[in-house]
Amino acid sequence: MIKVEGLRKAFRGQPVLRGVDLEVPDGSVTVIIGRSGGGKSVFLKHLLGLIRPDAGRVIIDGVDLTELSGRAVDRVRQRYGVVFQGGALFDSMTCAENVAFPLREKTRLRRAEIARRVATALAQVGLEDVDAKYPEEISGGMRKRVAIARALVTEPEIVFFDEPTTGLDPILVNSIHRLIADLHRRHRFTAVMVSHEIPEIFEIADTVAMLHDGRIVEVGPAAAVQASTNAVVQQFIRGEPDRTGS
Amino acid sequence: MADGATPALLRPFEAVGERTLGFLESLGRFGSFFGLALAYLVLPPYKVRPFVDRIHYIGFRSLIIILLTGAFTGMVLGLQLFLTLTRFGSEAFLGPAVALSLIRELGPVLSALMVTGRAGSALTAEIGIMRITEQIDAMTVMALNPFRYLITPSILAGLVTFPLMTALFDLVGILGGYLVGVELLGLSHGTYFGEMQTFVGYDDIMTGFWKSLSFGVIVTWVCTYKGYYVARGAEGVAHATTQAVVMSSVLILLWDYFMGSVLP
Repeated sequence: MIKVEGLRKAFRGQPVLRGVDLEVPDGSVTVIIGRSGGGKSVFLKHLLGLIRPDAGRVIIDGVDLTELSGRAVDRVRQRYGVVFQGGALFDSMTCAENVAFPLREKTRLRRAEIARRVATALAQVGLEDVDAKYPEEISGGMRKRVAIARALVTEPEIVFFDEPTTGLDPILVNSIHRLIADLHRRHRFTAVMVSHEIPEIFEIADTVAMLHDGRIVEVGPAAAVQASTNAVVQQFIRGEPDRTGS
Repeated sequence: MADGATPALLRPFEAVGERTLGFLESLGRFGSFFGLALAYLVLPPYKVRPFVDRIHYIGFRSLIIILLTGAFTGMVLGLQLFLTLTRFGSEAFLGPAVALSLIRELGPVLSALMVTGRAGSALTAEIGIMRITEQIDAMTVMALNPFRYLITPSILAGLVTFPLMTALFDLVGILGGYLVGVELLGLSHGTYFGEMQTFVGYDDIMTGFWKSLSFGVIVTWVCTYKGYYVARGAEGVAHATTQAVVMSSVLILLWDYFMGSVLP
């Protein structure tokens, strides 16, 4: 289980997280929604151990990530798979090399076994003819799929998705969501996803948490959050503009 | 006045203090960055493939520019020194004059400046783009240390390639000087190389070697650092690349003067 307690972070005196509390049960899909600039990505980076909080704890199965450093953090990260917003594929490597990279560097598997696993991972995300292509030679949707294949190839227990559908057309958004749901059914990993794809995201989420103004203002099953009476949540779900805004 | 606000009279001092603290902080970060890179040079596991890639990236890809600038520097030196030495009836010393200028000074400095412009800027831009596109974060969350793959191999490759490229620069420069002095202006072949053997000593070669070695560290250290701590966006990468080239070039010239006054 992932447990976040009183997480606070400010940059140059500007608070971004003002005391975030959240629990992510094992094997669930938890989606964090919220407006752009609301601190979702910063929150996710705390879970990944990329940013240290000013206060609060990030507990992964009883281990406080914020108190660890060096190899101890890496031991926690060994259990992670991460899909970054832009894919974060290595430009200098082909798609197959990208997917093979964590296996090649972190395991002692033989080349043939790595190649087999890479082919399986790419097939799982519906890609079979991109092995020798470089990331810039394939479409945005395909890049996201390669990034998902790379995140899952090491069979992680926890997978983080940072806005995995940003920049994609609605058809691709749905296909990526279906793919994530399908992979989750097959592998039963714990998924933490940052997204603002409303209402599509409610179909794949077990739990939805809304981060607003540095705090979780609503958390619960997808249906309960959709039916929330919280004005901020309803404004976000309906996509209503601010009354004072233009 | 709000509690804790600085009185107007003291604000200039506060600004100076803030800038000083900022400078000291970045200086500390610059130093610890190098310390970390050195630590991963010693601590296993060693990454051979990134090191070989960096040798290719910094060294092999800079070969043409080194050969070109080396040849023309030697030719210019040959021409100008011949004309100057002729005034004093000392044209026989053209060989050692060209060789000493190149080996002690121009070879290490100019080749370092050339590699900074070609490979150093590319190194900053590449690492900077990896940073802003989250490729470095991706590596980190895979529990793979970016220093082992990007920084340490680059600095090690700088240590290996800079002396080699300086040697090439010197060699091609001496041949350029030969082309102008001997083939075009009529100095004898034996005089050009004979006097060179007499006047160029082991200390001169070692001076050039130590300089090129230290320039290799300076350039790769500055350029990887600027890329690693790049600010956001394309503008940040452009700014970091410019800063890396300017800072490397200035440090090369400062360090060259220091080494020149310390080494025999």
